[in-house]
Formats: sequence, C-alpha cells, structure tokens
Amino acid sequence: MALHNLTLAQISKGLEAGDFTSVEITQHFLDRINQFDKGENGLNSFITISEKQALIDAQAADERRAAGNATQWTGVPFAHKDIFCTDGTLTTCGSKMLSNFVPPYDATVVENMKREGAVCLGKTNMDEFAMGSSNESSFYGAVKNPWNNETIPGGSSGGSAAAVAARLVPAATGTDTGGSIRQPSALCGLTGLKPTYGRCSRWGMIAYASSLDQAGPMARTAEDAAMMLNVMASFDEKDSTSINQDVPDYTATLNDDLAGKVIGLPKEFFPDSLDGEMKQTMKAAIAEFEKLGCTVKEISLPSTDLAIPAYYVVAPAECSANLSRMDGVRFGHRCEDPKDVEDLYKRSRGEGFGDEVKRRIMIGTYALSTGFYDAYYVKAQKIRRLIKNDFVKAFEEVDFIMGPVTPSPAFKIGEKSGDPVEMYMEDKFTLSCNLAGLPGMSIPAGQINGLPVGLQIMGNYWNEASMLNAAHKFQQVTDFHQQAPANI
Amino acid sequence: MALDRSDVTNIANLARLAIAEDNIDQYQQELSSILALVEQMNAVNTDNIQPLAHPTDAVQRLRSDQVTEVNDREKFMANAPAQENGLFLVPKVVE
Repeated sequence: MALHNLTLAQISKGLEAGDFTSVEITQHFLDRINQFDKGENGLNSFITISEKQALIDAQAADERRAAGNATQWTGVPFAHKDIFCTDGTLTTCGSKMLSNFVPPYDATVVENMKREGAVCLGKTNMDEFAMGSSNESSFYGAVKNPWNNETIPGGSSGGSAAAVAARLVPAATGTDTGGSIRQPSALCGLTGLKPTYGRCSRWGMIAYASSLDQAGPMARTAEDAAMMLNVMASFDEKDSTSINQDVPDYTATLNDDLAGKVIGLPKEFFPDSLDGEMKQTMKAAIAEFEKLGCTVKEISLPSTDLAIPAYYVVAPAECSANLSRMDGVRFGHRCEDPKDVEDLYKRSRGEGFGDEVKRRIMIGTYALSTGFYDAYYVKAQKIRRLIKNDFVKAFEEVDFIMGPVTPSPAFKIGEKSGDPVEMYMEDKFTLSCNLAGLPGMSIPAGQINGLPVGLQIMGNYWNEASMLNAAHKFQQVTDFHQQAPANI
Repeated sequence: MALDRSDVTNIANLARLAIAEDNIDQYQQELSSILALVEQMNAVNTDNIQPLAHPTDAVQRLRSDQVTEVNDREKFMANAPAQENGLFLVPKVVE
C-alpha cells in the first residue's frame, strides 16, 4: 500500500517495525503537499508548510527510536490547524491581523504532541478566527474540497479536513466552537471528534468563544481519532476551564460490545424539511448499529431550534471581548501613520479583520452594550441551560444521540457567501452540542451526489471512549471511511 | 431589532473598528437580519432559569499566588509593530 494510504495506527506500527523511517514518511507527505496543495488548482489547505522543521523533527524522532525511547506517536506526521500557537512558527488564525505573528510559546495541545515526538508538517488553513462554515472567510483564500474542487470543504477547520481527505497528512488537529470539527469532517468524509468542554486545554489556542471552544482530532478512522485524543487531551493548570479528570486510553475500549446500547433519535434532527436522501443515508447508517446490537428510540430535544439564535449571541459576544486584544499595539497588523491612538486602534482593526469577523464583533459589541446585556447575553445563557436540560433528560434513557451533521453535502464555493444568515443555518445540527458542552463526533456515513456526508454521534459528558467505541465498531462493518476522493 | 445607520456607526465606534462609509448600508442590513434571527429567543419564557456560564457548572479553580512564568521580555517584544527602549510605541496619548 502507498505510504499515504496508511492510517495513523498503521504508520505507528510501520515505524516500530522498521518498515520505513520517520524521515522517509515525512518526506513522502511533504512531497504530496507540494504536489497537490499549491498553485491555481491546488487545494490551498496549508497556510504554512514547515518543511525544514519537519525534517529536523523526523530525524530527531528516528534517533529517539534508535535510542529505545519511542512512543506510539514518535515520528508520526500530522498537521496543526493554524489556530494553535506554535513557538517560532507563524500562526495566523486565517487572518491578515496575525499575518506576521510568530508566537513566543506553544499551545498545550502542541506541547503534548511535541512531547511524544510527533512530526508537525505545517499549519492548516481555516476560516478567519474560526468564524465560518465554509473556509471562505480565510485571508489566505478558500480551500477546495478534494472530493470536488468546486465545493467547499466545510469550516472552520476546512484546511485540516481537506488535507487529511487528500492524504496530504494522515491526521490533523481541529477546533470546534459550533461545529468546526464535525461539519468539515462530514463534508470531507473523515472521522472527527469534538470532546467534552474542558477535555483538551485551550491554552495557546487562539480564543474565539471561550465558553464553547474545544480542540479535537480529525482523522480517517475512529481508531486514529482515539490515538490522537490520547495525546491531545490533558488537564492543564493554565486553562482555567480545564477539568481535572483522568484521560483514559481511548484505544483500549474500541472493540467493546455494543449489544444493549440505546440510540436516541431526536425528532428535531429529522424534520420533514430534511432532504430525503440525507434522511435515507442516516437511517441506513443507524440500521448498521442495530445490527451490532443497539436499539433505537425516538426522543425529543425540544429546544434544538433555539441553538442558532443563542449561539449567535454567545459566540459573537465572547469574540468581541476576545478579539479586543488585537489592537495593533503589541503584536499583529498595525495601520500606516496613525494620527492618534484611537485612529491606531480603529484602522488597524478595520484593515486587519475581514467581513465576517467584523460582523460578529459588531453583533457581540451590541449585545454586550449598556442596556442590552440582559436581553441578549443573559437570555442566551438561559437558553443554553434549557438546551443542556434537554440533553441531560435524554441521556437518562439513551447512551448515544444520533442524527445528521449537516442538512446537505458540501455546497459550491461562493454559493452562500453573500448571505450570512443562510450560512449560519449550515450549523443547525452541530451548535447545540457546543452550547451544552457535550462531546460530539462525525463519522463517514455514505455519499450523496458523489460527496460524503456524516453521521453525528453525541454522547454524555466524558463519554468520548464509548463514542469512539461505537464509531470503531461501525467502521469494522462498513467501508465509508475507506473511500477516497478520485485522483489523489 | 432593526438598526439604523447611526446605530451601525455607534457600534463600530464602540468596537474600535474603522468601517467604510460605503459599507454602512450593507452592515445595517446584515446586522439587522442577524438580530432578527437572534430575537427568536424571545419566543421562549426563561423566567426562573439559571443562566449557564460553564457547561459542566465548574467553578473557578484557585491557585497559590506564586510566580510561575519566566521573564521572556525580548521574545514577547519581538512581535511588537513599533518599540523603543524595550517599550511598546504608540502615538502620543497625553498632550
């Protein structure tokens, strides 16, 4: 098998067996990035390719292995979303504002991967400051979906999704504030997991909406996602919302029996308006779980429709506060010849931020302004409580909740970019997970019009291991996750 | 709530964002339609519901008041757009 078709787990085993060195496999993937990512017809999934550093790290990994100190990850190549601060490596967050920003420190997730000796090949493209569902808001240009060059890969972790789907890297990190791991994973045919809020450290992960942001793995298989979460997850003193809870070995329970598990199907995730083919595809995937011994139960999450309005208060409000640090004074873009400090702030920010970021900052500023705080932010937080209560009640009766990740497969580049509200509807099935802080994942569940779609699996708090178990068992009896785009 | 042009100008000022005069109409229309979406929240009664600040209702951890960071001033200053004598440089604030 060609090296780029190997999964993370297979690469790890191959390195251990001495079938190839880290330098060899790193070079192989770097060659693919150079071949498929750049130029007019390239995918544009990377903002920075760390060719030199990757080869140095690969060499060091090979030496570490020779010395007998290798871990499962030593020498294994992957990529980071460009939202994670990497000491000494440009970190743009997809924005002109940070187009010159070289972080003086590593994010905790980056540090965790480094400690294992994993080899980072570069930083992947993304919607600006993770605000978007199509990767079209990146200052570095749209990313193409490898399944069809005219369609979006999803967002905001669109570069990570496109790169993994095109086999330019075996896996990549992502972050998910309202669906940004699950939606691009669904649209590119990957297995992506947003963990419970507090599972992965947010330290050094450039903040969008702090009460919603979570990092997680994007890979081809559930086994690979488990292997990645093992390293990404940790308790971190430096993140005040990190939870001190043991990290289990997520790969240890992948083969557990699913017999007797109950799957809840919320009727709000299967509305009459849902596309017939999508409904069919989801039902067929869920039938596979029934064959594995699960039972299915119809449930209701009555506050589901409130997730979009609540999200578009909470996220913009928090982003308007978080992004106030981008002021042209200490780092980032600064305008030319500011006439006074007010002018410096306004023009640096006006020039540095793109349209979608400006819209969200303004909505958030308005929602938090004097006289409106209770009507917007507090109201939205009360709705969050209602959404969470729905899930708490549902999980008294079911082990998993399943439904579609997106209403439809990937749409065309440019199709929805003119209407922000229409774009927001893309996230209607993913937002409630973030508002409740629950773990959610997307697994490949079939294709519609030749484009992949994802089945969403939601679990109770801290149940990532059982969700990965369910996903893995599904992948043992299906081959959707093995399908690859043509011409790659 | 529909915003008018002066609302947009006021919000942009509060957010310290320079926006082009030509774009105000577009922002007015887009922000108003986002607010219309958001106001669907008002259809639900939330009296006596506790706002949710942390999904798992975790509370702020405390730590002992000890210095844990090392002084890395030069490295941090390397990203400064303008500096002088190890200080960030901005236009004159006090006349």
